[in-house]
Amino acid sequence: MRDNSPAASLLGGFIASFRRDLLIAARHKAELTNPLVFFLIAVTLIPLGVSPEKTVLALLAPGIVWVMALLATLLSLDGLFRSDYDDGSLEQMLISPQSLYFTVMAKVLVHWLVSGLPVTLLAPVLGLMLSLPIEGYLPLLASLALGTASMSLIGAVGAALTVSLRKGGLLLSLIVMPLYIPVLIFGASAVQTAVQGGAIGMQLAVLGAFLALAIVLAPIAALGALRISTNG
Amino acid sequence: MTESVTEAAIPLLELRNLGCERDERLLFSGLDVQLFPGDVVQIGGPNGAGKTTLLRALAGISTDFHGQIRYAGQALPEAAWEFAGDSLYLGHLPGIKKALTPAENLEWYKAQSGAAISIGDALAAVGLYGYEDTPCYQLSAGQLRRVALARLHLSCARIWILDEPFTAIDKLGVSQLEALIAQQSAKGGVVILTSHQDLSLPQLRMVNLQDYQSARDKTKIGLGSLSDGDAYHA
Repeated sequence: MRDNSPAASLLGGFIASFRRDLLIAARHKAELTNPLVFFLIAVTLIPLGVSPEKTVLALLAPGIVWVMALLATLLSLDGLFRSDYDDGSLEQMLISPQSLYFTVMAKVLVHWLVSGLPVTLLAPVLGLMLSLPIEGYLPLLASLALGTASMSLIGAVGAALTVSLRKGGLLLSLIVMPLYIPVLIFGASAVQTAVQGGAIGMQLAVLGAFLALAIVLAPIAALGALRISTNG
Repeated sequence: MTESVTEAAIPLLELRNLGCERDERLLFSGLDVQLFPGDVVQIGGPNGAGKTTLLRALAGISTDFHGQIRYAGQALPEAAWEFAGDSLYLGHLPGIKKALTPAENLEWYKAQSGAAISIGDALAAVGLYGYEDTPCYQLSAGQLRRVALARLHLSCARIWILDEPFTAIDKLGVSQLEALIAQQSAKGGVVILTSHQDLSLPQLRMVNLQDYQSARDKTKIGLGSLSDGDAYHA
């Protein structure tokens, strides 16, 4: 029998999973840039398609950046557990003597680091392109940082539920979209309110609460869903 | 002395009245097997008899079964954590990431098992010395299988559940794996495996899943004789 303490093995498992996923993400650079390129292209098209007028763009900017960030996250979700399912790593993950909560958490954290975080960091640049007023930048960064993290976590549940379906892409969007709506409403509202000179403490607090709730519940729901997906 | 007697009385792994269903078809039922330390059991049966389904149930991946699986005297759902630490499952899918190198792949498995042997030694033991840093997508099917088999060297688990471990490996690899299984058995471990190959292990026990099919399904899978076919038409 093994004699390592449970706490050490929990942390060790988390670190091993985190390192492995980060390494895999680094080896798939093309997949990494997909959501970012989508985000960039979609936002760039808005001035061309709607109006290059500064006042119109400034009015639309918070909503557009947020909607596109949401879609970019959605685009990257499908692959979250897909390759693990295909090569059998998922089965091994489920029967490994580790806390699955931390394994799923490590995967989601890597997903956020390679999709949500770059989108968040790119957002101010796109805000500039849409002539977002100067008061909007910090709230945009803060709300997107909190919001994309929640979206990665919530998305993991959808990805886990649909991983065993060959063409689960559409179903995944349908499952996840309703859960993204509150995040979108409060996120876009935070930027909008800041631009109009209001206080945004409430919106950020609600986004933070969403994130806290998602950190606690989403990995549990996701691993339950993974068990169902691999059971067949 | 008395201690070893009581220990031997409790099987390390026990299947009680186990039955599996798939797509509303009963694959087998009433399976009773006791595995004591040192046992090697080969699960036999034709394609579709439920060998993989049984092993997946044993490994804890699938919960779709009736009956009981007991680990060291405890029913499995309660002892699942201890069982996970003491068992190793190698499935049809190797569980190896193609984007990573063999050493990076095994790093993750080693973090769970806490084995003393180094990854380099484990890879050398399966004949992959010098391939530590070659990305797995450049390896052949047999080499990929060997990466997965290197986990057997890295593991301290007493229960090995191996689904078709001999696929894609060469003759020398087969005999090495047989020796490894014999060694595990000598150490007091338990090995359950499926294979269509005849193995030359003295301690091997055969369990044929066909013996545990219900009469109706036997005719279906065996594609029956003429009279069976007639019975179906009637």
